Amino acid sequence: MQARITLEDVAALARGCAVLGTGGGGDVRPGAIAARRAIREHGEVPLVSLDELPGDALVLPLSGIGAPTVSHEMIHGEDEPVRIAEEVERIFGRPPAAVMSSEIGGGNGVAPVAWAARLGLPLLDADAMGRAFPEVQMVSMYVAGIPADLVVMADVAGNVVTIRPVDGLWSERIARAVCVAAGSSALMADYVLTARECAGAVIEGTVSRAIAVGRATEGAADPLAALTAELGAVRLLTGKLADLDRRTTGGFARGTATVEGTGDDRGRTLTLEIQNENLVALEDGRVRAMVPDLITVVDTQTATAVQTEALRYGQRVTVLAWPCDPLWRTPKGLETAGPRAFGYDLDYLPVEKIA
Amino acid sequence: MSASLRVGIDVGGTNTDAVVLDDDDRVLATAKRPTSPDVTEGLRAALDAVLAGLPDPRLVTRVMLGTTHATNAILERRALGRVAVLRLGAPATTSVPPLSEWPDDLRDTVAAGTAIVRGGYFVDGSEIAPLDEDAVRRFVAGTPADAVAVTGVFSPASADQENRVAEIIRAEIGDVPVSLSHEIGSLGLLERENAAVLNAALYGVARDVTAALREALEARGLEVETYFAQNDGTLMAVGYAARYPVLTIGSGPANSLRGAAYLSGVADAIVADVGGTSTDLGVLVGGFPRESAAAVEIGGVATNFRMPDILSIALGGGTIVGAEPRSVGYRIGAEALVFGGSTPTMTDAAVAAGRGVVGTHPVPGEWRDRLERAVRAADEAVADAVDRVALGRSRPGRADRPLVAVGGGAFLLAERVPGAREVIRPEHAEVANAVGAAIALASGRIETIIPAAGGGSARTRLIDNAKEEAAARAVAAGADPESVQIVELSEIPLSYLPEPAVRLHVKAAGPLARLAG
Repeated sequence: MQARITLEDVAALARGCAVLGTGGGGDVRPGAIAARRAIREHGEVPLVSLDELPGDALVLPLSGIGAPTVSHEMIHGEDEPVRIAEEVERIFGRPPAAVMSSEIGGGNGVAPVAWAARLGLPLLDADAMGRAFPEVQMVSMYVAGIPADLVVMADVAGNVVTIRPVDGLWSERIARAVCVAAGSSALMADYVLTARECAGAVIEGTVSRAIAVGRATEGAADPLAALTAELGAVRLLTGKLADLDRRTTGGFARGTATVEGTGDDRGRTLTLEIQNENLVALEDGRVRAMVPDLITVVDTQTATAVQTEALRYGQRVTVLAWPCDPLWRTPKGLETAGPRAFGYDLDYLPVEKIA
Repeated sequence: MSASLRVGIDVGGTNTDAVVLDDDDRVLATAKRPTSPDVTEGLRAALDAVLAGLPDPRLVTRVMLGTTHATNAILERRALGRVAVLRLGAPATTSVPPLSEWPDDLRDTVAAGTAIVRGGYFVDGSEIAPLDEDAVRRFVAGTPADAVAVTGVFSPASADQENRVAEIIRAEIGDVPVSLSHEIGSLGLLERENAAVLNAALYGVARDVTAALREALEARGLEVETYFAQNDGTLMAVGYAARYPVLTIGSGPANSLRGAAYLSGVADAIVADVGGTSTDLGVLVGGFPRESAAAVEIGGVATNFRMPDILSIALGGGTIVGAEPRSVGYRIGAEALVFGGSTPTMTDAAVAAGRGVVGTHPVPGEWRDRLERAVRAADEAVADAVDRVALGRSRPGRADRPLVAVGGGAFLLAERVPGAREVIRPEHAEVANAVGAAIALASGRIETIIPAAGGGSARTRLIDNAKEEAAARAVAAGADPESVQIVELSEIPLSYLPEPAVRLHVKAAGPLARLAG
């Protein structure tokens, strides 16, 4: 593992986070811009592993929540992480020792570099998803049974809101309402943990993994092969995007994308079911990969991840799928973020068995 | 009826093309001259050449110009003004100050100073903070600059604060030009701010180009109205272009698509513009270029302009066979085999394949096999590109659109192209871009946020307001108020918002207003 995140690492981290975003998680560019700016201003960010932190050190999992269109226009202020850290210090009687990304996939994987730099804290090489998920309770801490009893939120206007929810579902419900009142964008610390509690309750190594994934395609003669190898992914299909059906319901961007095989895959068709993230991949009615395993659409030439909103007819793409963290394959993990949690009447089968 | 003529000029990377059209849009004269490094010299040469073909140049009443002056100024960091960059948004947005991702040399050239003052709006239209008018005054008073760029959070939906800042600046420092971001770009703060700053930096360039053009026209005894082509294939009156010079960037591909539509009489088509070094493919929908959804970078700066969705492939008349994508460029007249040179080019390949009669020498026999392979490879590349831009409408049985071949190298294309119903080669195709400039409409556009369907009468009123505003902007750009029409209205759903909302985009366009007298 590398010891620091430098200015030069940000681009690779952003590319990797986009791949781990499985189509969702928000645009990585604003986070990358903020991260570069913060590193220039406050210096490089130490990247620490869990065993480097004392057991009682406080880990601050941070994420931005809200509508992507809003966060693209109403960019975060500089001081939201400071206000959250101050509130956490008031509550615990000691300051946080490290920042953690709540969601490595998408923009929330990159922006924590900026927040850590602003706070002068190291970034923990871990996150709470190992990918992107749409809902607040879909985090490893919830699966590990850590009570969701504290959420601290800060908005652009300077308000700080502390929530003491009775469980993860309430946490999601109240945090969402606060976010709306704050103009549909806020910064949030969910589950403030000690390093001791983190063990087994966070997904370790995901920041360095994202950087490695981003680096894999740099200068590669065959970026797609390099990415596939780095991820340990199955190539489900290479083809072109032939159909796209988008609809926004219940606040989520849902849709179905159809990829028609080209070259060696000619004659085959893959269908992706999307709810912000790519959740299920079907071929001839047979499931070839499903959530919580990761399914990402990449540009066949450059192996750059294509986000759900950027999908367009005619794009030459390859669909990759690879296994999620084992935590998501436990009964509680599947109950939280398995196919049924997204309304698909499917029994989960691991991608390596069905792809 | 008084005969009045129009001159369309398009400055391209290799050539500057000019055409003269009459009242009935008939092409009376055409000219093609090399583009000069300073742009203006080539422009004058093309103008002279095309006017020389007219019995009485004084019948020209309008000149439409599509030019790369602004693009070149940004790429070369030349003649750019110094801009005071003001953002209304604190305490929000401070994590990324203005110009954060600009190339250092461009920032050094352009930035007179930056500030983020309290202000801006939330997505629902309420204020993030009341506008800090004192801070605005202090900033503009303490930041001497050639122009000011003002960008407020959510200004495309709520423009009052930006407008108020313009008033303050006028009262405070008088006549310095001001770029208001809501007049220039759409949602996406940093990209819109970048566009507003580039626009402010280009006021001087716009003045210089306008003056050079006026001088050139006056020297030739012409008293005309001048218009500038913009990136969506429509025109701006010169006074409007002086305020929004950044919109002239990227007008070339749009002009060529519009010209192809006019010359071929086809409104829905795939257009291939074959030049000296590349072929640009685009799609015409209802006579207008289909626009790209991706962000556009200008000189290393991200903006959110809507540009024609263009796919470029390395195939041009000067493309060197065996050394693609290199091209002999303007030296084709000396280097190509058919001109007695020793470099095999795609022009030679097309001649050998019997697709055109060009040059002064036969193609030497020993090259035939290689050239034949090059033609086959080029045909495959074109078919693949057609398939990509056709978005799934190129398959057998669905290939319902024609391919319109324009540009100086159009003869390179085969008689039949897979994925296209037919290949149309209109007359004057070699100057389609200049024709596109001459026949263009004037337009206006607006983007805002409104409730999604089911929003009731408030929603209907907001849509009507947006249509009126777009039409008013088209008229301001030079359109005839009587014949402005809404040519585009799209709604994109926004996710994760409490109340279902959409981003509304409206575009109005119409023919140019009649000239007084």
